[in-house]
Amino acid sequence: MADTHPAPTATPGRTERAAALVQRHGALAVLLLGAAVATGAFPSFGTLDNTHNIAIQSSFLAIVALGMTFVIISGGIDLSVGSVFALGGVLAAYASRWGLLPALLLPLAVCGLIGAVNGVLVARTRMPAFIVTLAGLLGARGLLLAITHEGSDTFLVPKGSAFATLGQGTLVGFGYPVYIALAVFGLGGLVLRRTRTGQSLFAVGGSEDAASLMGLPVARIKITVYLLSGLLAGLAGALNAARLSSGVTILGVGLELDAIAAVVIGGTLLVGGAGTLSGTLCGVLLLGVIQNVINQIGSLNSSYQSVVSGAFLIVVVVAQTYLGRTQRIR
Amino acid sequence: MSPIAELVGVSKRFPGVLALDNVSITLARGEVHALVGENGAGKSTLIKLLTGVYTPDAGEIRYAGRPVSFRRPLDAQAAGISTIYQEVNLLPRMSVASNLYLGREPRGRFGLIDHRRMYADAAALLSQYGIDVDVRAPLQSLGLGAQQMVALARAVSVDARVVIMDEPTSSLEPREVDTLFRVVRDLRGQGVAIMYVSHRLDELYRICDRVTVLRDGRVVHTGPLAELDRLRLVSLMLGRDVAEVRRHGLTRFSESHTAAAGEPVLRVRDLTRRHVLSGVSFDVRPGEVTGLGGLLGSGRSETAKAIVGALPVERGEVTVAGRRLRRLSPAAAIRAGISLLPEDRKAEGIIPELSVRENIVLAAMPRLSRVGVVSRAQQDRVVDLFMKRLRIKAASPDQKVSELSGGNQQKVLLARWLCLNPKVLLLDEPTRGIDVGAKAEVQQLIDDLAQEGLAVVLISSDLEELVEGADRIVVLHAGAVVDELAGDDVSESHLMAAVAHDGEAPE
Repeated sequence: MADTHPAPTATPGRTERAAALVQRHGALAVLLLGAAVATGAFPSFGTLDNTHNIAIQSSFLAIVALGMTFVIISGGIDLSVGSVFALGGVLAAYASRWGLLPALLLPLAVCGLIGAVNGVLVARTRMPAFIVTLAGLLGARGLLLAITHEGSDTFLVPKGSAFATLGQGTLVGFGYPVYIALAVFGLGGLVLRRTRTGQSLFAVGGSEDAASLMGLPVARIKITVYLLSGLLAGLAGALNAARLSSGVTILGVGLELDAIAAVVIGGTLLVGGAGTLSGTLCGVLLLGVIQNVINQIGSLNSSYQSVVSGAFLIVVVVAQTYLGRTQRIR
Repeated sequence: MSPIAELVGVSKRFPGVLALDNVSITLARGEVHALVGENGAGKSTLIKLLTGVYTPDAGEIRYAGRPVSFRRPLDAQAAGISTIYQEVNLLPRMSVASNLYLGREPRGRFGLIDHRRMYADAAALLSQYGIDVDVRAPLQSLGLGAQQMVALARAVSVDARVVIMDEPTSSLEPREVDTLFRVVRDLRGQGVAIMYVSHRLDELYRICDRVTVLRDGRVVHTGPLAELDRLRLVSLMLGRDVAEVRRHGLTRFSESHTAAAGEPVLRVRDLTRRHVLSGVSFDVRPGEVTGLGGLLGSGRSETAKAIVGALPVERGEVTVAGRRLRRLSPAAAIRAGISLLPEDRKAEGIIPELSVRENIVLAAMPRLSRVGVVSRAQQDRVVDLFMKRLRIKAASPDQKVSELSGGNQQKVLLARWLCLNPKVLLLDEPTRGIDVGAKAEVQQLIDDLAQEGLAVVLISSDLEELVEGADRIVVLHAGAVVDELAGDDVSESHLMAAVAHDGEAPE
């Protein structure tokens, strides 16, 4: 732009930058605020024990939501993760009799395969992700019911086995799954920000046409994210089974919606092309804190958790839309 | 000059159309080769064959002396063929640097992207193009012209041996066009072959060495551009004879409109939005074409958007036929009889997946329906009327709009607004990116509409079009009205002087 003819849009204004900042760190601010209020209101909230509790309870959703973040940034959606999570748990419990490695590899292999099939269908046949992964949701749930004979068979994880320890062991108070969740988030963040695949993800979600005209391997990237989402849902399911000592068939119903909610609350755009893992982590923790607080109140029916979470979701989406508009006006 | 890329007897067929019919074209190293033709002549198809988006049905593509078959854009890019498109095809939310280096980011240890180096490289690269911006900022914070330069920088920096430019200047200011041409000449000096597609004849003569003219999927002429005068070039593109073109002139506007008289039908007062518009006021009388002039970013499109309520303003009022609009909103504007044909027809106008019929009647739906039920018969009547009147070339009213050429899409949009029976019609770059033939038709139409008593506001960065089309020109600069030209003052030289405003001579 020539400096003699300053175009009004040449530099981002203060409002625009503030809007971008809120969009990026809004979930963190709300989380800190919520935690502070809860600590003041409920003496039992701020205790170390309760913190451990929230952390372990959030770790499974966090792992699932990580995969969901990747999928949503790429402009897609994965509805199958709740069923895949449950399937992963049952397969892990089933295979745990053979040791730690089979207990992890079997669910990862099967869940990864489901994710890959989702990805291939979305990327190659250009079917809407919503439909493909809805089919995945139904298929995985059906498979699960078939394996467990409608849930009448329950597979138990051998007591004291290495696999059980993976789910139940603790290090300085926090359960192992918490560390695993943090590790995958660290790794995921690195992939997202510092690798070509990660950056291409934003491009594909931002504009598929532009990405393919830039010569990016759009189909490969899409298949990768759905594969990853399946793998992570399977991993979370396996860890959960290890923690509960058994594969529980009825788990994971509606988990995909919690994951989507966490991702969106974390500031990732549902239309794709923008988002952060730290936001998703905050979103997951925020849902965890809400649940925890409602449990603390005690007198309140725990079903109200969904009402509060839902309200948060609406607030966030409205704020996003509004912020997106301030940023775009030119 | 040795050829780097060649199409030999290439044909490409789509359902119902032979888009390219036995076309041969040679791109030599170190030449700027103009590719011209009306929309629908096959230019886009040709480009897409060269860039691996389509594969030919017959014939051969040769690159660096060998037959090649590009199966996807990546293959063509890897071979050294880069393209910049008419509409900027980048990622608005990603950083400027990412847009430059996506897919080939500099990597450091463990194969991780080295952001520091990427930012430094990006800044250095852009400075060669005379662009000094924060490369970490999202691309959308840049003006359209700067975005186009980023697209160009990306295309060229991949060690391109062939660069295809599809209407690269359609959103650039004159100054930016100069920078672009400097870069093009540099590239030519380095032996890069450039295929230059543009509807702006001036530019072709400034920059191109040879020209290939396509018409109806066939090559009708190829040779040095200097040997071909403008009139002859236009007649080749149109397939009309030179004398006829001379008689009608290059634009289709009549001299002026005598109908312009009486009270203004549109009064705009003090439209203000911080950083964008400051106190824009003007009147438009029925039967008159009022031009809005100014450079890119001067607030022309913003003014139009503000009038129809698509851009919120802090202050200002709009009066239509004596009645002041209480609130500026698109619905209120339509009710009051103002229609805007937006600048970016891809994003703000057509709905590509819908049919011609649906696109036309979209805005008129409330009028064509009774208690929510749309009368099909009435729809058909309206659609038929406008398809005939605007000469929209479509197989049927049920054809998808995305399958039409740019010019015909523009006419569909125009039809959408005309069937509302507006009192005031705002046209933002109505002929951008459409071919010469359709352009003339659209210009003719604007003329007719004004004759019939419609008040027309015309925004165009084509000076010739603005001067010949408008009876009066309101000149904007940095969001404010700086001059108003009427009568004999409506000339290119006066307009240039007014646009340059602060004493700075236009380049």
